[in-house]
Amino acid sequence: MTILIPVLTLGGLGLAFGLFLTYAAKKFHVEVDPRVEKILEVLPGANCGACGAPGCEGFAVGVVEGRYPVHGCVAGGKEVAEKIAAIMGVEAGEVERRIAVVRCRGDRENAPRLAEYQGVKSCKMLDLIGGDKGCVYGCLGLGDCVEACPFEAIYMGENGLPVVIEERCTGCGECVRACPRGIMDLIPHNQLVYVACVSPERGQDVTKVCKTGCIGCSLCARLAPEEKITMDGFLPVVHHEKIENYDDLNTAVEKCPTKVLIRRNA
Amino acid sequence: MRTFRGGVHPPERKELSKDAPIERLPLPEVLYIPLSQHTGAPAKPLVKKKDKVKRGTKIGEIQGFISANVHSPVSGTVKGIGPWYHPLGKKQDVVIIEVEGDEPEEGVGEERDVDKLSKEELVEAVKEAGIVGLGGAAFPTHVKLSPPKPIDTVILNGAECEPYLTSDYRIMMEMPEKVIEGARIIKRILEPERVIVGIEDNKPDAAERIKEVAARENWIEVVLLKTKYPQGSEKQLIYALTGRQVPSGGLPFDVGVLVQNVGTCVAIYEAVRYKKPLYERVVTVTGGVNEPKNLMVPIGTPVKNLIDYAGGAKGEIGKVIFGGPMMGLAQLSLDVPVIKGTSGVLVQLKQEVFAGEERGCIRCASCVDVCPMGLVPVMMANVIEAGKHEMAEKLGVLDCIECGCCAYVCPTKRNLVQYFKYAKREIIKKKKKG
Repeated sequence: MTILIPVLTLGGLGLAFGLFLTYAAKKFHVEVDPRVEKILEVLPGANCGACGAPGCEGFAVGVVEGRYPVHGCVAGGKEVAEKIAAIMGVEAGEVERRIAVVRCRGDRENAPRLAEYQGVKSCKMLDLIGGDKGCVYGCLGLGDCVEACPFEAIYMGENGLPVVIEERCTGCGECVRACPRGIMDLIPHNQLVYVACVSPERGQDVTKVCKTGCIGCSLCARLAPEEKITMDGFLPVVHHEKIENYDDLNTAVEKCPTKVLIRRNA
Repeated sequence: MRTFRGGVHPPERKELSKDAPIERLPLPEVLYIPLSQHTGAPAKPLVKKKDKVKRGTKIGEIQGFISANVHSPVSGTVKGIGPWYHPLGKKQDVVIIEVEGDEPEEGVGEERDVDKLSKEELVEAVKEAGIVGLGGAAFPTHVKLSPPKPIDTVILNGAECEPYLTSDYRIMMEMPEKVIEGARIIKRILEPERVIVGIEDNKPDAAERIKEVAARENWIEVVLLKTKYPQGSEKQLIYALTGRQVPSGGLPFDVGVLVQNVGTCVAIYEAVRYKKPLYERVVTVTGGVNEPKNLMVPIGTPVKNLIDYAGGAKGEIGKVIFGGPMMGLAQLSLDVPVIKGTSGVLVQLKQEVFAGEERGCIRCASCVDVCPMGLVPVMMANVIEAGKHEMAEKLGVLDCIECGCCAYVCPTKRNLVQYFKYAKREIIKKKKKG
């Protein structure tokens, strides 16, 4: 018989709380736009922040409130933009897909270390003291970009330079923000040629510290027709908006003496 | 014995170079003179390629209030202006000068009657000579000499608490008159009630020399301090000598105090009396070199010249540090030039350098015991590691003086100061942005 006492007490308590919660749920109900949840479902969910909102939920709420465009999710690209547009009942705008590239070719062999670094294993900490390489502009190789990438699209190559897996890269720009030296850069997905060096120094100073740095010879600018490549100081600039067919730059890419002009595969 | 709370006592190793009189380094072939050698805005270059300069020619002009002029230490030809290795790490613009001789610029070395100059003229002379604090932080001296609040105590810093370094010691031994004369100029400008020279008690002979000269004057006190690192740090020195605490985020003038390094006093005197710009300084070259020396070095001399002159390294070089072992900066290249703030060059051999990795914190709290600023280094490092800079700011990371006591005692060799330096830079950058 004694067993009935706890059973009834607990059963009674359960019933009382249940009724209270049902009442509270009805009484304090907050109207959530069902579209927010639907949008949240189609978003990548990495909370990368590339759209400018604090995470995916912030973005979803923002889209419904009209603060962000439906194609605002860079990481999701066209596919996600179309789905969000369908939920919102509007036309999707054009999302320019961008991709991260590594603008340095100075690996351990080509751009030797001058000193052995023993501090905190992080690029931003190493950059604080000027780095361990002869080239003070080049990749430090401790992988802050690898750590920052929310999509596991970057790994550290064997030669001490990061490698971007293009299929996985969504162009969110986390690596660009993580890199203290501006080696990681976002370029339009269909820009097939880029400059893999950021050193602003003169050719003779670059060759002292790196075998594969841009020496600023401007050969590429002369070989590329119609100013498709121009020089900015000692570094060339590829003018993507002027280029329709990247085969026009083939000679420039081939003739580059230190091979810093990189041709990507389409 | 007067002192402060916390701190450490590393082996002093001053005996290596303490008895070597100051020698003049022979002129190198090329000088690399950075335009930024001080706290504040870099100087604006006044020369261009192929220009001729003389000893004492102004080659960089002050930009803004917190900045300093830069002068050529030699006569020669400008080879160019461009980025070069800098003791602070990143490459910075330097004026490259091909050395031809030692011909002085007009007016340099001319004697002036100090008593006839007004206060404003005295400060102007210091500003014109490009004088900065020679203790290491290289804060422009004319700014310190124009305080927004009245100063009642001037402290001359002869503590030299960094192990190995003996440049201030040699200055006190060899030119105590100049130190006192420099102090007299500071006294005329600021009209303080007290002038105190603080010297650590491991340098009784230097204190004796200063006392001998000071005995002729009745306005200067010489006080011995306990030998403990970082006794020569501004805030610790002020506390030890006056019992006053500089408030968090404040500067010494907030408590009515001005601190000047003894070497800076000599530079002030020479600038005012002989119109000599700050183009050379005393540098201790010590550690694993064959003949440790104290050298008078032209600003911009590559460090390899100093090491060669000191008889070269005894073995394979592991580390070359600008400054002392506690706060000094390890250098990337032997082409780095000496700048106004370089008090010493310490060569550590390969076997002397710790080669292990940092390991996890064991929560022993040794760092808390030694922090002279009363901070909790372990907590700050942990939150910075997690990227929480706001929290580090709340824990007082901006009050960190980067003395390195915490990292020195850490049994797991955590790179604590590196975390703090990084966080301080990021926090200040963020504040400047808005």
